[in-house]
Amino acid sequence: MTGHRLPAGGLVDRARPIPFRFDGRPLTGLAGDTLASALLANGVSVVGRSFKYHRPRGLLGAGQEEPNALMEIGTGARREPNVKATTVELHAGLEAASQNRWPSLRFDLMAVNGLMKPVFAAGFYYKTFMWPARFWETVYEPLIRRAAGLGRASGLPDPDRDAHATLHCDLLVVGAGPAGLMAALAAGRAGARVVLAEEDVRLGGRLLAEKVSLDDADGPAFAATVAAELAALPTVTVLTRTGVSSVHDGGLWLALERHAGPDGGPATAGPRHTLWTIVARRAVAAAGAVERPLVFAGNDRPGVMLAGAVSTYLHRHAVAAGRRAVVATATDAGWVLARDLLAAGVSVAAVVDTRQAAPTGFEAVAAATRVVTGAALAGTRGRPALTGVDVVADSRTIRLDADLLAVSGGFNPSIQLMSHLGDRPAYDPALGAYRMAGPVAGIRAAGAANGAYDLAACLRDGAAAAQAALADLGLTAALPDLPATDPTPVGAAAAYWTPKAPGKASAAFVDLQHDVTAADVTLAHQEGYRSAEHLKRYTTLGMATDQGRTATVDGLAIMAALTGRSLAETGAPIARPPVVPLPIGALAGPRRGAAFRPVRLTPVHGFAEERKAVFLDSGAWKRPQWYPLPGETDWLTTVNREVAAVRAGVGVTDVSTLGKIEIEGPDAGAFLDKVYANRPSRIPVGRSRYGLMLREDGFVLDDGTVTRFSETRFLASVSTAHAAAVYRHMLFCRQVLWPSLDVSVVAVSDAWAQLAIAGPLSPAVVAALLDDGRPITAETFPPMAAAELTVLGGVKARLAAVSFSGERAFELAVPASVGDRLIRQVMAVGAPHGIVAYGTEAMGVMRVEKGHPAAAELNGQTTAHDLGLHRLLARDKDHVGRVLSARPGLTDPGRPRLVGLKPVDPAARLRAGAHVIPAGASATAANDQGWISSAVWSPTLGHAIALAFVTHGPDRMGETVRAWDGIRGTDIPVVIVPPAFVDPEGARVRV
Amino acid sequence: MLIPCPFCGPRDLGEFSVLGAARARPVVAVADLDGEAAVAAFAAYVYERENPAGPQAEHWFHGAGCQHWLTVVRDTRTHAILSVTSAGTDEAAQSLEAAQGAAPEAAP
Ligand SMILES: [Zn+2]
Repeated sequence: MTGHRLPAGGLVDRARPIPFRFDGRPLTGLAGDTLASALLANGVSVVGRSFKYHRPRGLLGAGQEEPNALMEIGTGARREPNVKATTVELHAGLEAASQNRWPSLRFDLMAVNGLMKPVFAAGFYYKTFMWPARFWETVYEPLIRRAAGLGRASGLPDPDRDAHATLHCDLLVVGAGPAGLMAALAAGRAGARVVLAEEDVRLGGRLLAEKVSLDDADGPAFAATVAAELAALPTVTVLTRTGVSSVHDGGLWLALERHAGPDGGPATAGPRHTLWTIVARRAVAAAGAVERPLVFAGNDRPGVMLAGAVSTYLHRHAVAAGRRAVVATATDAGWVLARDLLAAGVSVAAVVDTRQAAPTGFEAVAAATRVVTGAALAGTRGRPALTGVDVVADSRTIRLDADLLAVSGGFNPSIQLMSHLGDRPAYDPALGAYRMAGPVAGIRAAGAANGAYDLAACLRDGAAAAQAALADLGLTAALPDLPATDPTPVGAAAAYWTPKAPGKASAAFVDLQHDVTAADVTLAHQEGYRSAEHLKRYTTLGMATDQGRTATVDGLAIMAALTGRSLAETGAPIARPPVVPLPIGALAGPRRGAAFRPVRLTPVHGFAEERKAVFLDSGAWKRPQWYPLPGETDWLTTVNREVAAVRAGVGVTDVSTLGKIEIEGPDAGAFLDKVYANRPSRIPVGRSRYGLMLREDGFVLDDGTVTRFSETRFLASVSTAHAAAVYRHMLFCRQVLWPSLDVSVVAVSDAWAQLAIAGPLSPAVVAALLDDGRPITAETFPPMAAAELTVLGGVKARLAAVSFSGERAFELAVPASVGDRLIRQVMAVGAPHGIVAYGTEAMGVMRVEKGHPAAAELNGQTTAHDLGLHRLLARDKDHVGRVLSARPGLTDPGRPRLVGLKPVDPAARLRAGAHVIPAGASATAANDQGWISSAVWSPTLGHAIALAFVTHGPDRMGETVRAWDGIRGTDIPVVIVPPAFVDPEGARVRV
Repeated sequence: MLIPCPFCGPRDLGEFSVLGAARARPVVAVADLDGEAAVAAFAAYVYERENPAGPQAEHWFHGAGCQHWLTVVRDTRTHAILSVTSAGTDEAAQSLEAAQGAAPEAAP
């Protein structure tokens, strides 16, 4: 194939040469070129190696349908793999590299894969590499990846940024060819909000790629006129360089816009892509049609191209794809190309028509070149690129010399988007193609995508589709005056599906990108994979990045011929998103790095940061885990110090992350009795109580305290992890289950900063904080007392004497904006008592020492009985979970129930996740009697302790069992003990 | 996909969370809470799903909006939203009945 630039014509700027490099080789194209057209203009014929067999491949198409010319574009961190050269605007400094070849494109050692074809035949994923299993990871997968890989990702952090944005419109028009332009014009003139999305850099579609006349204008001039009017219409948004990728429920579309600099290269400022969410009430899918190749032996040789692509390069880029062409066609489209090639001065060796007679209207072409009718292609010659074509007609083989073979097997309407919602296209025998009959979910196909191939029909169809779409919405659109056009003799295809000439089916490629041949389709048929969906998966036909645009229908047609069924009976597989490849970075958009998800900081975060706290990610929260002092190098030293300081003196920790829900109203008590399994309505004013919530299935949902501030006003404190879910649940109870109760439920979690002040010296610290100077003693403010008061000179505050650590403790809450001031005041008044700030780890150690369940114990699989909390359950009222929590299966003493474990050897460490196995039994699933849910080192006791769920646990106190951990390879003898390790009588909270 | 919230207008799906099919919680007298009928009624309420291919009334929560629970009637075959009402209201109860009256075919 010896492509070359023609001396005149095309939509390229001959005054602006563009230097670029391909595989390191410096080349020059013109402004207005694609990478593909520039390569072709430079005579480059081999652009890549095929996926499985490493066969040399050239350009087949000129757009998204291209299966062969996949490139790595750019260098370093900006190297992007698997980009179709046909979709890349040429720009100065472009670095393109071919893929899948080693060491070079011309000489590829991996081409020996071609000798292993039987190994790679259809179903090879399922057959060849099945056994032995361990070979998969160690041998087969690395081999396949190296041999059959596509491009290489850069492996470096993405230096660019992508944006997300949303558009709303009445009508989305996909594609700005003749049909799309007319649709947008009709709707835009009617004042509808229109979004016109076009993948290309300029509007016009095939108007830019064919020789047509519309009134007095040629295609590009007509497109430019319409584009100018659209740009001036106030309700029309035109997005170029924007590929529509998918449609989702409710008229929501995704489209990717590529931002370019002035020369068409990557944008140098701002985002690289915008991923648009387009919410459209109606849509016109005018994405055109894709030409079908012909399937024959040697049809993958560089120099075999789609006729329409040859036309694109000829008219748009002024590039002749070869010097001596053979046009092989099943429709009139090939004849149009032959006419145009001859007019451009390109030699046409022959027009080969699969039909028995040449069409009328092309007498001049027939006079100028050799015509072979009733013909089939028998093979191709040339290495690596095409030098000749063998044609069989009347049982005679004709050898033709040619460096370009343009093929046309008819057209497939591009309707992939319309099957994204699950609708299947139907075969239209008159059209010789699958199409979507009628609108689907408010989407209408128009133009070539609707089978309207004639230009006049295409223009009319686009405008009519917009008119109908707007009529759905109660809007009226007039049809624009349509220009006069010459009839476009493309016609429907007389389908030319199977290689009729003798030739090796194993060299007749159906899916060029995935190297699937006619022989593979035959094999799939023999092995029973005959439905459209089975054929696709068994052979991987149509599963490559080109989504089988040129492959699927040819493959189905071969299968139909083998099964003797019609194409209508064979059916087409459903296309799935994305229609155009979406970079992962564009899907992530701004949600990357620190912005990957929101971070919640508590009101006292700054204080903790100053003290060099180590933070723990707890959901979206950053919580101080521990506060290392200078010289403390290991976290356990720090945590042990914090625990000891609280147990001996006083400490303060941030509990602002706890969920806080206010419940107020005449029926507040009655409401809480429905939500909680115990009886919050009996809590006296000025007191807190432990509360337990169940799910309706009887399992524990959450626990926490409920505080009553007045007859009608309660505050529920719920766990950090379940705060949002519990609030949602309470609203469900209030709005859906018991809407007649007169009560309001409001989440105030973020409104309050809350500190826990714990330890035997805490009463003195708390007393020093209060404005009213009231004494805090076991008598004046006993455990579970609560009050609303003021601190810091008039700041409203809530104080509750609740303890999680087992020490005398208080939780003090102030408005969030005052939290920072409060903790600094706590540290100031606590200094004489030696107060320390402690983190979540020390809090966790103390709660395990005390046997309090937390998230690891309230894991959604445990019941009140399992947790030893069943005495709390009120039996004499209905509440959420009341009925099902009483089921025998949930109260069975044989269930794993909460106990403490301590190691026989005091030096042994315990880890959560270990299984509890009876002494002397083997570690099998049958002998598994439970698990460790939480394990810590207890500085108070000087040995490890754990909370665990053990079958019949409370009845087995003192029994020695094993904590077996298969992951970490430990097997530690442990003794079952009560879960409260420290101060089981609860004396310490009463100081 | 947009859900037309009766309080907020059409809002993006991401603002909502779904609980599942909307059914009426059994009402049982306190004296009968431990009866077999109560257990059967609650077991059906919690565990049994119609899973229709067709309209289904569901409970959705507009957490990133008005924080209302909504009764959404949705066609499970097309995801088309047929009605949205404030859950726990008479109007919602009517839409629930209407959805059940549509006699959807049971999924296999
Ligand atoms: Zn709302």
